Amino acid sequence: MANFISLSEVTCKFGDLECPFPAPGAGIFEWKPLASFNLFGFTSIEVTKPVILAMLCTVIVSVVFIAAFAKPKLVPTGLQNVVEVGYLFVRDNIAREIMGKDGDRFVPLLTSLFFFVWSMNVMAIIPGAQFPVSSRFAFPVVLALIVWVVYMYLGMKNQGVVGYFKNIAFPPGMPIGIYPLLTPIELLSTLIIRPVTLAIRLFANMFAGHLLITVFTVSAWYLLNLTNFVGFVSVIGYLGSVVSFIVTIVLTGFEMFIQALQAFIFTLLTAVFISSSLHAEH
Amino acid sequence: MNWILAAEGAESGSNVLLPPTYELIIGTIAFFVIFFALSKFALPNIKKTLEARTESIEGGIAKAEKLQQEASITLAQYRQQLSDARSEAAKIRTAAESERTNLISEARNEAQVVAQTVTQQANAQIEAEKSKAVNELRLDVSKLAIDLASKIVGASLQDDARAKAVIDQFIKDLESAGGKR
Repeated sequence: MANFISLSEVTCKFGDLECPFPAPGAGIFEWKPLASFNLFGFTSIEVTKPVILAMLCTVIVSVVFIAAFAKPKLVPTGLQNVVEVGYLFVRDNIAREIMGKDGDRFVPLLTSLFFFVWSMNVMAIIPGAQFPVSSRFAFPVVLALIVWVVYMYLGMKNQGVVGYFKNIAFPPGMPIGIYPLLTPIELLSTLIIRPVTLAIRLFANMFAGHLLITVFTVSAWYLLNLTNFVGFVSVIGYLGSVVSFIVTIVLTGFEMFIQALQAFIFTLLTAVFISSSLHAEH
Repeated sequence: MNWILAAEGAESGSNVLLPPTYELIIGTIAFFVIFFALSKFALPNIKKTLEARTESIEGGIAKAEKLQQEASITLAQYRQQLSDARSEAAKIRTAAESERTNLISEARNEAQVVAQTVTQQANAQIEAEKSKAVNELRLDVSKLAIDLASKIVGASLQDDARAKAVIDQFIKDLESAGGKR
């Protein structure tokens, strides 16, 4: 941490002992609050960039969906056409794929999850925003908690409180000898590991992706310092900078894919958890 | 615009795995706002529309199927009626044919009977006329012959049996001579 300096403070030239490579760290995920409110003396609301982006995502997803489906036509056009594809994707490829016709009840939940997560992920590559909201651990945690509450509630409602925990701890159709081994694993898996991995998977993917893009962006800028030298070193500087820049672009494209994929996986796993709560069998 | 850039170093001691309370609150509110907006305003509309679309497509198919069924039923009916009419016409034609044959043969029979009767009557009449004429002729001839003979022999042969036989012989000769002619 001794050599750590802020990106905005780098003014030095390469080669100075005072000017090491300002490797982006966990600090790039910390934001100064724009404003701060006190919430009934309970806690303070810090209006940071991730918070603003999260609210922006909320508004965009809500408004786009309401606008697209305000007056839906039998033959879809324009915005309705596009949003319908997204809606049908969640309905057919997630809800119905996992739960069949039963899944139709959960389409609003799954659609909300998918598009909220996706919009927060996509913020990573929107010029000006360029920060994945879901790389702030709080957002995946909140969503995973909501999913946890939903599938626990559904499990207890459909299989009974005792029945649900019995089915988790003692999955039917297993030889009795395996239960000492299986029961702790199943309890741990369903009650704790499921929501934790759900949150961490999304968070870590977005965190790593943003870190990677930042490293190569900084590298493309930092290597230009080498061009202050003459001869071979300056060639390396240009080459390294250009390569870093290209890698940044390629990674951005790759991130686009990862963003959609992670939103899909998050929603798909939610559907799987809900499905396992509806039916006892494994 | 400083808030756009990450506040590095500002809170560099904080742990990224320890979410601040305000972000948990904002995240929860954000999700429920989206969930409320989608499940109350957006998705019921599109669900209804999609159902209506499916219905209209399936309804259209069902309607077309129904129309086709009706058309094929009507076609079968028309075909049935056509073949009925054809067989009826054939029946009528056959009946007419047989009736015609009957009529012709009946007429022929009748004509034959009538002709036969007419011929028989004519024959009978001719026969009667003929025998009458022969009798008359016979009387006349015998009278004439007697008169003639009387004139020749100068005696009456009227009551003589022999004269009668001669006369008969004479007439017979006349007849056979007439038949030869």
